[in-house]
Amino acid sequence: MSMFVLMNLTLFGILAATAVTISRLRALYEATMLTALFSLVSASLFVLMDAVDVAFTEAAVGVGISTVLFLGVLALTRSREDVTPRIRQWPARVVVLLAGGMLVYASQDLPRFEGATTPVQVHPVTDVYLRESQDDIGVPNTVTSVLASYRAHDTLGELVVIFTAGVAVLLLLASSPGPGRREEGEGPAELVLADYRVLRVISKLLLPFILLFAFYVLFHGEYGPGGGFQAGVIFAAGFVLYGLVFGVDGARRVLPRPLAWAMIPLGILLYVVLGLAGMLLGGEFLDFQGLRPGDPQAGQHLGILLVETSVGITVAGVMVAVFFSFASRRAAR
Amino acid sequence: MSASLLLDLASSASLLVGSLFVLSGGIGLLRFPDFYTRIHAAGLTDSAGAGLILLGLLLQTPGWETAVRLVLIVLFMLLTGPTSTHVLAQAAGRDGVRVWRAGEPRR
Repeated sequence: MSMFVLMNLTLFGILAATAVTISRLRALYEATMLTALFSLVSASLFVLMDAVDVAFTEAAVGVGISTVLFLGVLALTRSREDVTPRIRQWPARVVVLLAGGMLVYASQDLPRFEGATTPVQVHPVTDVYLRESQDDIGVPNTVTSVLASYRAHDTLGELVVIFTAGVAVLLLLASSPGPGRREEGEGPAELVLADYRVLRVISKLLLPFILLFAFYVLFHGEYGPGGGFQAGVIFAAGFVLYGLVFGVDGARRVLPRPLAWAMIPLGILLYVVLGLAGMLLGGEFLDFQGLRPGDPQAGQHLGILLVETSVGITVAGVMVAVFFSFASRRAAR
Repeated sequence: MSASLLLDLASSASLLVGSLFVLSGGIGLLRFPDFYTRIHAAGLTDSAGAGLILLGLLLQTPGWETAVRLVLIVLFMLLTGPTSTHVLAQAAGRDGVRVWRAGEPRR
């Protein structure tokens, strides 16, 4: 058995064990921590498959931001799951078994793992992306050129999904004041993490580097793993860290709520305007070759950079705004 | 004895000792009697274990670009690991978690 297969099997074993443990736990804080572990192991599996960009996204979103958001939710509700009566567990079991059975059945049609004749290897479009993208676009990281140029429509769709999800969450959280929000005011037991001097100093020390790293990931996405999605999440993580340590009000002074909310549509608008600019310059929607007349490669570079920037703006806006909404409800509880 | 062999030996030793620290951290997390001793074990994994493993990798790097990244990761771990252990211990202290004394049952 090769080392590669052994590592894959071990990681999949940990993944399965984590999933089973999550489903059996009633303590929700522990379950949240285990979902972070689940994401971390998935990210390691993606690294083993050479999908570094996906692994990066999984690590940033799954381990980082979503764990913090889960904890924010748990602060609003109870930390222990109710016991479901046995009779009501049956429909869920049937659905899970059916869905799982269908997935296992469908997986028989998948090509063999590590096979040399899988569609990914032999399909002509693979060759187009891997070889011709170097002449057409000249970006070393093919993932970025596929994501931001060849498949720019798909990425726009993904961005719209994030936008919709973010707006929906904000509408649910921000419109109606929560139960008991105004009456009680700020609880006396409110613990401010800024009281811990070491934490305060270290987080202030790290904060500029986190934001700098976000920009590095954004602008370096053409050459290495990274891009708008990861950069947006890391940028938001910096503000979430500040909000966690210094309180939501402190973070609001740095990034006012209207600004965070305005970032959400701003990214999408920038993206669409970029696509329309390609049309006005004689190409098709989201065609970047005409952005720099006479130099299609430079046009592609500019287009990719602007696509990544707009993705980053929307993602960062959604993450920061959603976190602030959760956290301010907790602070006002 | 050539320089590269020495480097390889130092790197392997560092990786091995680092792995032992990670392993002992995991065992400590399972076996230690109370919260404070357990976060001591977890902190050992973060600082000594990860630090030594990264040092071992640093001795193996081909170019300075990778080395710079590894040094940055080491610095980041050195800052965040002890901070999180400290904050956990402080928070437990505020919540009134008592320190385990010899002879008491495991908590």
